[in-house]
Amino acid sequence: MSIKGTAYIAGAYEHPTRLAKDKSVAQLHAESAVGALADAGLTKDDVDGYFCAGDAPGLGPLAMADYMNLKLRHLDSTDVGGCSYISHVAHAAEAIATGKCKVALITLAGRPRSEGHSGATPRVRGADAPDTQWEFPTGIATVNAYAMCAARHMYEFGTTSEQLAWVKVAASHHAQHNPHAMLRDVVTVQQVVESPLIATPLHRMDCCVVSDGGGALVVVAPEIARSLKRPLVKVIGAGESMKGQMGGAVDLTYSAAVRSGPAAFAEAGVKPTDIKYASIYDSFTITVVMQIEDLGFCAKGQGGRFVADGNLISGVGKLPFNTDGGGLCNNHPANRGGITKVIEAVRQLRGEAHPAVQVKNCDIALAHGTGGLLGSRHGAATLIMERE
Amino acid sequence: MVKERAIPAPLVNPETEAFWAAAKDGKFLIKRCTACGKAHWYPRGVCPHCFSEKTEWVPASGRGTIYSVSVMKRAPEVYAVAYVTLEEGPTMMTNIVECDFDKVAIGDKVVVTWRPTKDDGPPYPQFKPA
Ligand SMILES: [Zn+2]
Repeated sequence: MSIKGTAYIAGAYEHPTRLAKDKSVAQLHAESAVGALADAGLTKDDVDGYFCAGDAPGLGPLAMADYMNLKLRHLDSTDVGGCSYISHVAHAAEAIATGKCKVALITLAGRPRSEGHSGATPRVRGADAPDTQWEFPTGIATVNAYAMCAARHMYEFGTTSEQLAWVKVAASHHAQHNPHAMLRDVVTVQQVVESPLIATPLHRMDCCVVSDGGGALVVVAPEIARSLKRPLVKVIGAGESMKGQMGGAVDLTYSAAVRSGPAAFAEAGVKPTDIKYASIYDSFTITVVMQIEDLGFCAKGQGGRFVADGNLISGVGKLPFNTDGGGLCNNHPANRGGITKVIEAVRQLRGEAHPAVQVKNCDIALAHGTGGLLGSRHGAATLIMERE
Repeated sequence: MVKERAIPAPLVNPETEAFWAAAKDGKFLIKRCTACGKAHWYPRGVCPHCFSEKTEWVPASGRGTIYSVSVMKRAPEVYAVAYVTLEEGPTMMTNIVECDFDKVAIGDKVVVTWRPTKDDGPPYPQFKPA
């Protein structure tokens, strides 16, 4: 059994807002759904499967499915943080392959910018979670959890702040072409390492933006994809996993991508060298470096060297990444970057990315994300897609 | 003396109340499994290594080594989160206090120290340079 070829991404839409003071979260979900269905050439009444995660207001998928007045045969509210929506594409393909639905809608939305949430503030992720009483008192937030990974990576492998900065520099080169991006100025390595330290060793410019917004995807059965007037973006492989503290055997040098990545490549029957474009979750610069290693784009410990000197810049380097500007420069709606990773990969495979960043002959693309905290416990999801 | 961050009270439950009760007497306990012999962190009633339900509280030395550390600069009171590898084996998330935030580093030897928590909660274990 495999999901290879069982489903296609027919609709993809990124909400253009980055500051939505005058809208509700539910409204942003629904507006994103409207956009993705219009992109696919389908209507609300075609939808028979719905997927959302913890950013959706209400109990699981119920409130949003009711708001949009969907008639469903299949529901899934798997929540593994920011990479949930990458998992949702795979779950949608599984549901389609087993006849549970034919048109799956996935939505994400949030307004952390309007509500004043940032990754520097500790927050309880479930008061009754077994780890909360031990860890919340430390002031663990988002940024310092990732910063501990960066500190250990530097200690073990000699990774430098300048190497991490190259990730941001590459994202900024792409964001200059995106009119919706929050940060469109091209920055230099020096600017990144001279930006204020937030949580050592991470600087302000090592961190993604805080933005309001949303996104949606429509995943459909092959016969429906072929009936639509959109380029065919086929799901060919997926993997998911998680990693925690292993009972105290903490190892911050790798992520759960060491499991989700190989599973996705095996299912797709491709290798990292076959990937023409990669969307890599960039909550922080270190996130990209670790995931690139764990997905097999370079050897463990070599990520800092790999990303340096523009190697992630489209048209310049070996691995064009996050050509929309990513979370570092474009958008990080709901503090969850998974859906925008799939959306930009779909744009690349369709040839609909900005001409300045469009990868030539982009036939195979990857989207990968983490959810939760890389430094404590996190989910990982990898998706490989092919232009048919 | 640097002004320290107020620490939220840990939410104690029946599985963990023995730890927090000992903490009030300044005793640092960890859990060890009598089936596989391994210690673990955070403390659980079911061993995360072998799934035995025979875990017991044992005193720990309170000594360890910093595995990783990050100093939070963007906070009203600067503080350091860290993972400390205990002499008994497990690595735990905690804070480093009473240290030079510009010098605290991976590999530093540290020892447990207790801090009061908000709302009359039990003392919370942090670490300071040994
Ligand atoms: Zn055991």
